[in-house]
Amino acid sequence: MSGRTETLSAAQAELLIQAKGAKTRHPGYWTGVLRRLSRDKMTMVCLSILLLMLLAIVFASVVSPFDPYQTSMIRRLKPPGFAGHPLGTDELGRDMLSRLLYGGRLSWFLGITPVVISLVIGGVLGVIAGFLGGWVNMAIMRTTDVFYAFPSVLLAVAISGALGAGISNAILSMSLVFIPQIIRVAETVTTGVRNLDYVESARASGASSMTIVRVHVLPNVLGPIFVYATSLISVSMILAAGLSFLGLGTKPPQAEWGLMLNTLRTAIYSQPLLAMLPGVCIFMTSICFNIASDGLRSAMDVRS
Amino acid sequence: MIVLTQTTEILRQLPDVGGPAQPLLTIRGLTKHFPLRSGLLGRSTGVVQAVDDISFDVRKGETLGLVGESGCGKSTTSRLIMALLEPTSGEVIFDGQAVGYGGLTLKEYRRQVQMVFQDSYSSLNPRLTVRDSIAFAPGVHGVARRSAVTRADELLEAVGLDPAQFGPRYPHELSGGQRQRINIARALALQPRLLILDEPVSALDKSVEAQVLNLLLDLKDQFGLTYLFISHDLNVVQYVSDRVLVMYLGRVAEIGPVDTIYNGAAHPYTAALLDSRPSMDPDRRRLEPPLQGDPPNPVNPPSGCRFRTRCLHAEAVCADKAPPLAPAGPEHLAACLMVLPGSGHSQAPKLAA
Repeated sequence: MSGRTETLSAAQAELLIQAKGAKTRHPGYWTGVLRRLSRDKMTMVCLSILLLMLLAIVFASVVSPFDPYQTSMIRRLKPPGFAGHPLGTDELGRDMLSRLLYGGRLSWFLGITPVVISLVIGGVLGVIAGFLGGWVNMAIMRTTDVFYAFPSVLLAVAISGALGAGISNAILSMSLVFIPQIIRVAETVTTGVRNLDYVESARASGASSMTIVRVHVLPNVLGPIFVYATSLISVSMILAAGLSFLGLGTKPPQAEWGLMLNTLRTAIYSQPLLAMLPGVCIFMTSICFNIASDGLRSAMDVRS
Repeated sequence: MIVLTQTTEILRQLPDVGGPAQPLLTIRGLTKHFPLRSGLLGRSTGVVQAVDDISFDVRKGETLGLVGESGCGKSTTSRLIMALLEPTSGEVIFDGQAVGYGGLTLKEYRRQVQMVFQDSYSSLNPRLTVRDSIAFAPGVHGVARRSAVTRADELLEAVGLDPAQFGPRYPHELSGGQRQRINIARALALQPRLLILDEPVSALDKSVEAQVLNLLLDLKDQFGLTYLFISHDLNVVQYVSDRVLVMYLGRVAEIGPVDTIYNGAAHPYTAALLDSRPSMDPDRRRLEPPLQGDPPNPVNPPSGCRFRTRCLHAEAVCADKAPPLAPAGPEHLAACLMVLPGSGHSQAPKLAA
């Protein structure tokens, strides 16, 4: 071997020594994400609020002071604090707090279920379109464009209206609204990753498409798709409330925030505080989901 | 040679088939035309002649430098050789065996030819640790996980990085030079015989560039490699190469031993390229750039010689006749009518009667 090789070996040795001196711990990717997330105060506050809400609605039967369906003709539209009703009573004399807690179950369910359904279906279709490209991409993306031609609220109302009122139809219509949006995000992210050198290099090492998708594509696209989906939860919640408000979602006497907003709107002049409460719940939940998904996005950005 | 434990039984460099005289890689008439499509139906409205009928050999154990301006087809050539792009026509012969069609299977071929990309960041999966990135390719070829990891650690050591410290790291925690070392280790993981280096040091600082170049030269001896070194940096090519191939607008302009070409280029394009290097000598400093303008559009290349639009010696005959590669000296070929005897160019050598 030449003299050049010897000097290089010395340089290599020096590098090794330096490296050993500066040894540090190297946590995994998700540990890093959690650490960055825990430093983000705003996100942590929102996550705490969401967690509290979730606990309250899950344990609604324990926490609720009254039966949410127990009506009382003499206690209609009473202000907060009246006779043991912490948040007052609604237009049929039912306890507001209990109805908000039970209504939260349905609102959360209607907020999350369509997003999960469209995350699975839209995610798969979008990754397929992005990874395969060509005619498959053309077929999938042009089909989603058809859905994009209609405003999302109008589309959900139209589908719900055609299928008839009911929770399952509301979920179906909202899923159909979100699937194209998730497909588009998944396709964009996957197309970006597919053209990166590490995918080329995996292909050059002889890996099959399945292996490339599993090892190199999915771990890099699921994060952004998931973040986008979490931002849709608030939209879904508002849309579900809207459908219920129009009478296309849940039906009375079921408790649901959107429906409660609808039935209490006549009391907006007599008991404005009461009429606002379901809206405040929707607002709080959706803004918390939005801020949390923003926080998640920046926590997952490795380069920052 | 580096001693490889355990894995040597599973992944070792495949044996020499054709003997030392047989070129390791033979490229014959390789052509890639990208169709230009427009409109909804994708009507073809022309082609980009990215690589047009190029032929050359890469000899066993040599470093062939491939130089040319940006857009001249260097990267397309490397991707054609890696079989990442489907050629329009032409063939790739590896150690006497055609690739695909009854010769070497694509998977066998890819074990023997690996590539290091220019962008050290985008060529590493940000979600895999350094160790997993290197161990990925052996895993694809059926090496057990444990052996692949051992192998990755050996290779990290070979490129001068401590496996215990760098193995569990992620690409964004490393510097550009460290990442490029990892890319090199990753490319070596399959024990290839040919390494295509696509501008491996262009994105690095000058000081790091020298380290990586020396590492590459060192690894070449250790692992018994052959390099195809693609670069636009003429000094780097001169430093690492045994022979140089100059490309212009998708065609081979000149090919020959590095000293011959750097001391006396036969093709005016090569001469202009070499002149374009800044000189340290104030007496040799020039005010006029040796090459003016941009290369012509490869959708509509000039007729005849593609360099004639920028060539100082262009004559009418250059527009009619595409110059073939003609001998300009021992082992030295140039595609210029001034080299081809009896071509009709005023500076061409006379035909021996």
